[in-house]
Amino acid sequence: MAADIDALEEQARRCRVEIVKMVHRAQAGHPGGSLSEIDLLVGLYGSVLNVRPDEPDWEDRDRFVLSKGHASPGMYAVLAEHGFIQHEDLKSYRVKGGVCQGHVDMKWCPGVDFSAGSLGMGLSFGLGCALAARLDGSDRNAWVMLGDGEVQEGSVWEAVMAAKHHNVGNLKAIVDVNRIQNDDFCIEQMELHDLEATWASFGWEVFTVDGHDMSAVVGALMAVAAHSEGPAVLLAQTVKGKGVSYMEDNPSFHGAAPNDEQFAQAMVELGEVAA
Amino acid sequence: MTRMAATRDGYGAALMELAENAKVVVLEADLGKSTKSQLFRKAHPERTISCGIGEQNMLLTAAGLASSGYIPFASTFAIFTERAFEHMRNGVARPNLAVHLCGSHGGTHTGTDGSSAQSIEDLAIYRTLPNVTVLHPADDVSTKLLTKQLAAHHGPSYTRTARNKTPVLYDGREHEVAIGKGIVHGSGEDVTIVACGVMVSRSLDAAELLREEGINATVVDMHTLKPLDTELLDRLSAKSGCMVTAEDHSIIGGLGGAVAEHLVSSHPVPLERVGVNDRFGESAQAEEMLEMMGLTASDVAEAAKRAMSRK
Repeated sequence: MAADIDALEEQARRCRVEIVKMVHRAQAGHPGGSLSEIDLLVGLYGSVLNVRPDEPDWEDRDRFVLSKGHASPGMYAVLAEHGFIQHEDLKSYRVKGGVCQGHVDMKWCPGVDFSAGSLGMGLSFGLGCALAARLDGSDRNAWVMLGDGEVQEGSVWEAVMAAKHHNVGNLKAIVDVNRIQNDDFCIEQMELHDLEATWASFGWEVFTVDGHDMSAVVGALMAVAAHSEGPAVLLAQTVKGKGVSYMEDNPSFHGAAPNDEQFAQAMVELGEVAA
Repeated sequence: MTRMAATRDGYGAALMELAENAKVVVLEADLGKSTKSQLFRKAHPERTISCGIGEQNMLLTAAGLASSGYIPFASTFAIFTERAFEHMRNGVARPNLAVHLCGSHGGTHTGTDGSSAQSIEDLAIYRTLPNVTVLHPADDVSTKLLTKQLAAHHGPSYTRTARNKTPVLYDGREHEVAIGKGIVHGSGEDVTIVACGVMVSRSLDAAELLREEGINATVVDMHTLKPLDTELLDRLSAKSGCMVTAEDHSIIGGLGGAVAEHLVSSHPVPLERVGVNDRFGESAQAEEMLEMMGLTASDVAEAAKRAMSRK
């Protein structure tokens, strides 16, 4: 599928606006990781992910697992862009009875394949989806997005090891390497060392990309999708809070909402309102 | 002479019969020889997923398979399932995915491996999870039947099996075994003994001891701890006016806890709980462990008399 890069970039801009609006409206949530992942999500849904918004439970769809399930505003924004949910639904983020639960939840939101929110679980779930596809004789893929801080969870490495042991060529991981976790920079909390070498040492095919260069993102996702010999991971270098100056590279905006003044500034910076 | 068998053998036999359903898959965490899933693995390697010594990954891999239309049966020792408790909670129970987890070698009856391998809290913790059915059968016949019923059961489950052989109770009584229905032995009206797992046969022995003293007991095999057969409990508590629970598990939160919770909110009657009294075990033979923990037939009989004296 030929992707219109300009259109995807504009879609990502709109999604960034929605992310900031959701978190500001709720006065809670996780803007930083949503803004770092959003170009990857837009690129994924806009190029290689084989899903049907009008038939979200289609059995032979590609699976997408947002293992960093707290970065839900990013996913909700993309699901609305593709028509899995309505833009109006975005107002239900963190609101009683809303389809947009605090963390992505398969029981509440169409297009969500796994109820995440507790880190370190998504890759194993994706492995199960990949093995099911193999048993079905289907070539559908299972994509899983993790945060870089998330790989501090030991269970991630159980899954990494198992995926290579079973050599699932239809399991695709994306790591949003934004270098920041809840309390501080990863290097302060628990150094991640050389992720490229670590994943490669487990037998995974490793791809890298600048996670904010849409053209490069789409190209990398297509390369990852085409790699069917074994599990593959895309390590995407990103900036936490990307697109909103005061959130960028700022651990304070991992899980905090902007105030009204900050919100107004973000809308200007994201090109939503004139300065 | 009574046939002896281990409940884990019933689990392995059930998987073999379930294999005719192509959607049934088996997951192991390097203890398939012990949990008896290896029988399935040998016959159906293409539908068996080795997860190495990695229980957390096993639970969520099973969840992914369940979400894709498969019927996963995952097993390891009861104690090691507990390492993946939060995975069971957040990744299986919360999305209500029909993953069937079996913990073998439950209880102090597991024996000489000692306290590190003797799960005495598994039934309590899984019982707290919404959507999860919790089973602890007493013999290989009922284990096999209940495991087979799980394949058609909606929602996740936890089944505890035991390592060592116990008397077989249900040869010829297969029709009485159904998820959620306690199995009644006898009709004594002096006291009701509600038991699960290895303590069912001990409780039947206790009923014999009581009979010699002129006391008539009813014994219930409450193989399903959740959903609890409250209708049966209400009927029998009204009839006998006192109850005893018996389990190779902590007296906190397991069968005793479940029955106590129900009785206090329905028709309270005196209740004595026989179980592991808030302590860890140690290395000893299975029978020695039950004796050490106060889980013999005479312990149950004594508890019955205490319950009766409180009427």
